[in-house]
Amino acid sequence: MSYQDFLQTYAARILNGTAVTAAQFLFASGVAILAALIAGLGKLSANPLIRGPAVVYIEIFRGTSLLVQLYWIFFVLPLFGLTLPKFAAGFLSVGMNVGAYGAELVRGAIQAVPRGQWEAALALNMTPATRMRRVILPQAFLLMLPPWGNLIIELLKGTALVSLISVADLMFQAKQINASTYLSAQSFGTALIVYYILARFVVTPFMRWLERVMAQRLGRT
Amino acid sequence: MSFHWRWDFTFEIMPRLLWATLNTLMAAGLGYAIAMVLGLGLALAQRSRFRLLTLAVRELVEFIRSTPLVLQIFFVFYVGPQFGIRLSPWVSGMAAIGLHYSAYLSEVYRGGLASVPRGQWEACIALNMTARQTYLRVILPQALPPALAGMGNYLVGILKDTPMLSVIGVAELMQTANAIGSESYRYLEPYTLVGVIFLAISLPVAGLVRLFEIRVRRKLGMR
Repeated sequence: MSYQDFLQTYAARILNGTAVTAAQFLFASGVAILAALIAGLGKLSANPLIRGPAVVYIEIFRGTSLLVQLYWIFFVLPLFGLTLPKFAAGFLSVGMNVGAYGAELVRGAIQAVPRGQWEAALALNMTPATRMRRVILPQAFLLMLPPWGNLIIELLKGTALVSLISVADLMFQAKQINASTYLSAQSFGTALIVYYILARFVVTPFMRWLERVMAQRLGRT
Repeated sequence: MSFHWRWDFTFEIMPRLLWATLNTLMAAGLGYAIAMVLGLGLALAQRSRFRLLTLAVRELVEFIRSTPLVLQIFFVFYVGPQFGIRLSPWVSGMAAIGLHYSAYLSEVYRGGLASVPRGQWEACIALNMTARQTYLRVILPQALPPALAGMGNYLVGILKDTPMLSVIGVAELMQTANAIGSESYRYLEPYTLVGVIFLAISLPVAGLVRLFEIRVRRKLGMR
């Protein structure tokens, strides 16, 4: 079977898998950004009741493997009465895992906003919430975008693990095609190339574009 | 199946999990050793005079870094037999994880090499040193210490990626927990214990890496 024949036969399944991977990626990114913001801000809180859970979340999710977390959420949580469909278990695990790393980026970026900005907001009699929303976070956002670019690629790669709880993503389809045809180089090779294209020509350019747009909006071109 | 934690079962499976932990540590150590050597090669190749080699290695590093490790493990394990080369799970697992992390480490080395001042290179030329002498006696001793901190983070990273080796049947922690789960139909204890064991290893190691980083910085006079 030539590679062309292979593509003709299996292109539909590979594209289906790519769509599922894209969906997992988008949902997981949403979870990761939300978790990172909450935990990152929480870790900076003066209240130990808020800081404690944030630190515990960050250390647990950074200290263990994504695969362990995925299996735990999918196989063990149901024993506590919380059964998640595999699609949701997939993107929640990936998102929570990357969110823990993101929380450190959020915390670092907020602390890197110059002191003068905090003092100015205080002098203008802004409430802490307004100060965070209008002054600190927009500047912190710009500071943390470049490292988030790397993290988002890690997230895309992380979504490949959801195939292990049989979410029918790109990796899953590659495995299935390999199991029925034994054309390992073709099936896994094609999947590798698709992941590469997604990372290098879709996600990375988008993050660069976002960096430019945000810099312009803050008047720093 | 129930959510009751059974301590007797915990103690029953603990020895097996601890043995498997040794395999996990060995996999991380071996993979890291391969990555350290291979990564240096990838970093040096990107400083070569041959533009084509430089570009090809650059692209290879980007490719390895932007595709999932679990897919690379499958690729290495299954593609060999298609062409008549049989690799054991351990060999292909180590090759895949070593190659993956060599791409990351090459970036760390590259940063270290870039931090060596130009004058050092020029001095080597002035002293008529060969390329080999230049690297071994002047450049690498100065490039490696600043890279050590970054290297430590990837040591923790490789440890946390070893559970992926379970997909091709390497008998490390995750694989053992899976086996226990399918024998006893109890998943609560094995999976939770795997998490606890990982925390117990990676938190102290991460702490040590941080301490080490501070000491190296002090030694180099960059506070």
